Amino acid sequence: MSSTEHIQVRLNGKDRDITFGHTVQSLLEAIEINPLAVVVELNKQILDRDRYSDFDIREGDMIEVVHFVGGG
Amino acid sequence: MTTTDLGATAEVSKGLDSPLEIAGVTFTSRLIVGTGKYTTNQIMVDAIRASGAEMVTVAVRRVDLDRTREEAILHHLSPEEFFLLANTAGCHTAEDAIRYARLARAAGFNEFVKLEVIGDEETLLPDVRATIEAAQTLADEGFKVMAYTNDDLITALRLEDVGCVAVMPLASPIGSGLGVVNPYFIREIKRRLEVPIIVDAGVGTASDACLTMEQGVDGVLMNTALAAAKDPVRMAHAMKAATVSGRLAFLAGRMKSREIAVPSSPKVGMLD
Repeated sequence: MSSTEHIQVRLNGKDRDITFGHTVQSLLEAIEINPLAVVVELNKQILDRDRYSDFDIREGDMIEVVHFVGGG
Repeated sequence: MTTTDLGATAEVSKGLDSPLEIAGVTFTSRLIVGTGKYTTNQIMVDAIRASGAEMVTVAVRRVDLDRTREEAILHHLSPEEFFLLANTAGCHTAEDAIRYARLARAAGFNEFVKLEVIGDEETLLPDVRATIEAAQTLADEGFKVMAYTNDDLITALRLEDVGCVAVMPLASPIGSGLGVVNPYFIREIKRRLEVPIIVDAGVGTASDACLTMEQGVDGVLMNTALAAAKDPVRMAHAMKAATVSGRLAFLAGRMKSREIAVPSSPKVGMLD
C-alpha cells in the first residue's frame, strides 16, 4: 500500500491533515459540503463559487467555510 | 385576504399606509424579524409567517463540519419567500464586520447588510466609531447598509452621512425586552434623518412595538421578543397587530392629552 502525501491545513478553525492535490472544489466534495450552499474564504480571500476548481489547497492554508444560520 | 387580517399588507392595500421603502426595495410589512434562538426550526418558520414579516435577519457562521449543530437556516427559510438581511452580529471591530458583510454578500442574495459592531460584551451596546467606519467602507463598496446603533442623534446623522440606507437605533439593549427607554431621542432621530429609521432591539412585548411605531419610525426589528415568548407564534400575531396599530395611530394623529376630564356625551338634554 503506497502512502499518500498529506498536508496540514486549518479548516474552520481546526488543524486537519488532508491528502495533497485537492482543489477547493474537491475538498468540499470530500467533506460532503454542497459548494452552492456555502461561501468559502481561502487565506482571507473570498472565492467565486464558479472558480473553486481553480484554487489548489496548499500546506498551511487557512480555509473558512461559512453559511447562514439563525440570528437577530 | 380575510377581513380579520391585521397585516400591514392589508393596510397598504386599503390605502391606510404606504409601503416601507429601503434603498428602492418595498416592503408591505413594517415588522422585520430575526431567526435566532427559536427552540425548533418549525416554530421559527411558523412564527415568522405569523408575523407577516417579509425581511428576516440571518447570521454568518462557520459550517459545523462535525455536524453537531443544526443545519443551515436556508433549509427552512426559502429565499424566494423572504428577503434575507444578513447581519454582522458578534463582530467587535470594523474589520471583522466588513469581513462578515463581504462573506454574506458572496452568498449571492442581495447587497443589504445589517451592520452591527458590538462595543461591550456586557451590554452589547454598539461601538459607534467602529460602526461608522465600517459603514463608510461598506457603503463605498456598494453595500446597502442598515446600521444598528444606539439612540444617539449625532451618531445617526453620521451614519446617514456615510451612506447608510437605513439607520436602526435600539429601543433598549439587545435581548433585554425593556422596551423603548428613550422615545424622545427616537423621535429626534426620525425627525432629523431622511433615510428610514428602523428601531432595532429591546422590544419585549406588543405594547413596546406599538409605542415604538407611535414615535413615527418606519419600522421595527425584533428577534428575542418572539423567540423567547412562551408561545412565539401567538406573540408573532400580537407583534404584527401591534406594529400596524402603532403605525396607524401615528398616521392618524392622536388627540391632545390634557389634565382635566371632558365629557364625551352632551351636557344638554338631561332629564329633570
